[in-house]
Amino acid sequence: MKQYDVIVIGGGVVGSAVARELTRYRLRIAVLEKESDVCTQTSGRNTGMLHGGFLYKTGSLKAECCVEGNAEFDTVARELDVPFRRTGKLIVGFTPEHRERLERFKARGEANGVKGLEIIDRARMNEIDPSAGGNFAMYCPSSGILDPFQYTIALAENAVKNGAEYHLYTEVTGAETAPGGHILHTSRGEYAARWVINCAGLNSAKISAMLGIPGHTLRGFKGQYFVLDKKAGAFAKIPVYPAPNANNTFDTHATPTVDGNVLVGPDSEVTEDFADYETTQRSMDGLIESGSRMFSHMKREYIIRSFAGIRPKRIDPETGEVLDFALECRPDVPGVINLVGIESPGLTSALPLARRVAAMLAARETLAPNPDFDPVRRGIKRFSEQSAEEQERMIAQDPNYGEIVCRCECVTQAEILQAIHNPLGVHTVNGIKCRTRASMGRCQGGYCETRITALLRSELGEEITQVELGPSGSQMFTGPVREGGNAE
Amino acid sequence: MNEAMVLQRDAVVIGGGPAGLAAAIRLREKGIESVLVLERERTAGGILRQCIHDGFGLTRFGESLSGPEYAERFVSRAAELGIEVRTDCTVLHVSGEHTVTAVCPAGLFRVRAKAVVLAMGCRERTRGALAIPGSRPAGIYTAGVAQSYINLQNVMVGREVVILGSGDIGLIMARRLTLEGAHVVGVFEVQPYPSGLARNIQQCLNDYDIPLYLSHTVVDVHGRGRVTGVTVAECDAAFRPIAGTEREYPCDTLVLSVGLIPENELSLGAGVELDPRTKGALVDENCQTGIPGIFAAGNVLHVHDLVDFVSLEAEALAEAAASYIRDGALAPCPLAVETDGSIGHVIPQRVSGTKSFTLWLRVRKPLPGCRICVRQNGRLLAQKSLPKALPAEMIQLRISVEELDQEHSVEVTTE
Repeated sequence: MKQYDVIVIGGGVVGSAVARELTRYRLRIAVLEKESDVCTQTSGRNTGMLHGGFLYKTGSLKAECCVEGNAEFDTVARELDVPFRRTGKLIVGFTPEHRERLERFKARGEANGVKGLEIIDRARMNEIDPSAGGNFAMYCPSSGILDPFQYTIALAENAVKNGAEYHLYTEVTGAETAPGGHILHTSRGEYAARWVINCAGLNSAKISAMLGIPGHTLRGFKGQYFVLDKKAGAFAKIPVYPAPNANNTFDTHATPTVDGNVLVGPDSEVTEDFADYETTQRSMDGLIESGSRMFSHMKREYIIRSFAGIRPKRIDPETGEVLDFALECRPDVPGVINLVGIESPGLTSALPLARRVAAMLAARETLAPNPDFDPVRRGIKRFSEQSAEEQERMIAQDPNYGEIVCRCECVTQAEILQAIHNPLGVHTVNGIKCRTRASMGRCQGGYCETRITALLRSELGEEITQVELGPSGSQMFTGPVREGGNAE
Repeated sequence: MNEAMVLQRDAVVIGGGPAGLAAAIRLREKGIESVLVLERERTAGGILRQCIHDGFGLTRFGESLSGPEYAERFVSRAAELGIEVRTDCTVLHVSGEHTVTAVCPAGLFRVRAKAVVLAMGCRERTRGALAIPGSRPAGIYTAGVAQSYINLQNVMVGREVVILGSGDIGLIMARRLTLEGAHVVGVFEVQPYPSGLARNIQQCLNDYDIPLYLSHTVVDVHGRGRVTGVTVAECDAAFRPIAGTEREYPCDTLVLSVGLIPENELSLGAGVELDPRTKGALVDENCQTGIPGIFAAGNVLHVHDLVDFVSLEAEALAEAAASYIRDGALAPCPLAVETDGSIGHVIPQRVSGTKSFTLWLRVRKPLPGCRICVRQNGRLLAQKSLPKALPAEMIQLRISVEELDQEHSVEVTTE
């Protein structure tokens, strides 16, 4: 049986942030992830917003962690090499009722410590972004956009660099207490640890019950999105959100991404099935309509992809009220730190939450610092973003930079090889996509997918039938066309 | 960039497929000495390399060739003429001033050319662009990608296949998959008529008992790891699914053949204006775009039905391009070519009135027995009677200079 000091269940942004923060100490750490890669669920299926923190109840963990995470993110992005822009955000309104709500959130934001909030008129909006819909807006200058894949991958890579282990395809199926800790039963054998940290996202209530803490109820709020071509991105300068609705949540918004696309969405519906990422015609029709109100350049021909994500909201099962993040270390369940209902603003709050986890651990045992801890992670340098001089230097050093694999996004073979051979590693087409942007462009892999699968096979020595798109069971091929046949 | 990395050429051709090679060869035959072809693949030939079926070349060569054989004719002719073809070389940018920036494993380089020929071909429309609802499992391929896996990589994409769209590559793949032991459940087409050629409907579907369902589309995709099935529904005249007609088809693969889009990112980067109907450049009778000295031919200009016409169109531009290279200008083309609502698109969109030209067009919808009429100021210049006109088929009319005046726009109608 594999033995660890700490096992983190879940390799999303929170689990990876926790693993990374705990590698600051001398601990043997494993992250158990049931999927084929990190950030395949909620952490990778969202708007990629660095939230300001004006939406959440004053004094809540959501408000506290969000404001803290927002304030430090320039440093974090630099340290971990995460694409990030502090764009600011417009929350726009049309009616006096909207204005009243915005005023209320401005006051709440100020109480939460959000700086620079102001209500602005249309003329001022035009200066900030003429494409934004609405008659007036609340402007939140501290909001920003980041690449949620890169952020989670960066945390995970940095955790691995500092000694943590990632075990993919490892689904926790049961848990029992043992002298001095816990034994976890998984789809890939048993694991033992003194500490178990539940960062299981959509499955956090289930895992919590397995670990001996029943009583948390999660409700899945599914939201669908469209991704628009970079041609639309040229018109989107800043995230534009509608005034919060009566439930204090946002309806469909239009958000530029750090890479220059636009996300339109999400809508919101309750789902019982926490793996239901299907998009529906009804939602997509709705997004086109509501998206057009927020973003005047919303056009059908700009759509290059759609996707869905699910926010695991912790609720009061009696009243249905949405509750704060749960972060607990109960005296009656020793050796467990439980994080349940980490939904939006989870991306912004991941590191603040992770530090609170580390503090809980430190309050219960003496943690020795890891003298080799290095907080710095370098991402894959993007050929397409370099000057011509630098591009020439890069090709001279490594001719693989001279091979363009993905035409739309101008991703080179060198970048794909770096993703595959990173210590965290990647072995799926979707994983390569999240790390390099290959196949994220308008042709959606029409040109590069055949090249990427060929590289996965040759670099990892995979059989034809082993190549996976992304999710478990997503084998792309059934075998050779003809036995003994050769590839070109 | 140091000057050693800047090449000077009379003509640079972007793309070494059936358009690019044909243009380069004819330019050389017209006496243009320095012609450079830039090709991103390891070998020239373009998409034909993966089209191992036959039926290519009937018009251009008077015989039926496979795709690789058709391509080989041009590749070896280019070699014979000593035309410089740089493979494994991706163009990153084209400027309006005819400077092409390209990258290859040896490094970055620029080409300054008197004339640029855009011959990048087209790409396939994707599931994302259609916004087909449902899950996103493995097993969804565009027809060309499936063809590349099967014919170039010896990789089988699936066993139980639904094909959405009746484009020619989808029809060819229905037959190809069947020949390799897969079961093709059916081909579903949203329009009330097929979008591929009649000969492919016969030879690829009917001959193999593969059903074609017109006015049907895929409304849902099932499966989390791999495709497990699709839901198909009948559509009304506005292509909206009709409630109550849904039917599920279990399958492990969905192949899409739902249209081709000219690949014009480089053209846009150069400032070339596109026609929203063709999604290719607006050109004159010389295949010259709105930027003097930048020409376009083949599927980058408008999606053709037969490769023979791709090559013929590219060959036809060589004479004018050669004059441009020698003289630095071509006669202005101020006369617009206008169409009525029955015409899907037309090439060229501008003419001079001083030169004979070939008019290429597609009708918007199938028309039973019709006459294509070309007029100037109400005067008939040319006409063509067709027993039926299908959007799948490109229609050509030769307009003679003797008929043309130099004052009035050209009107194309169907009657």
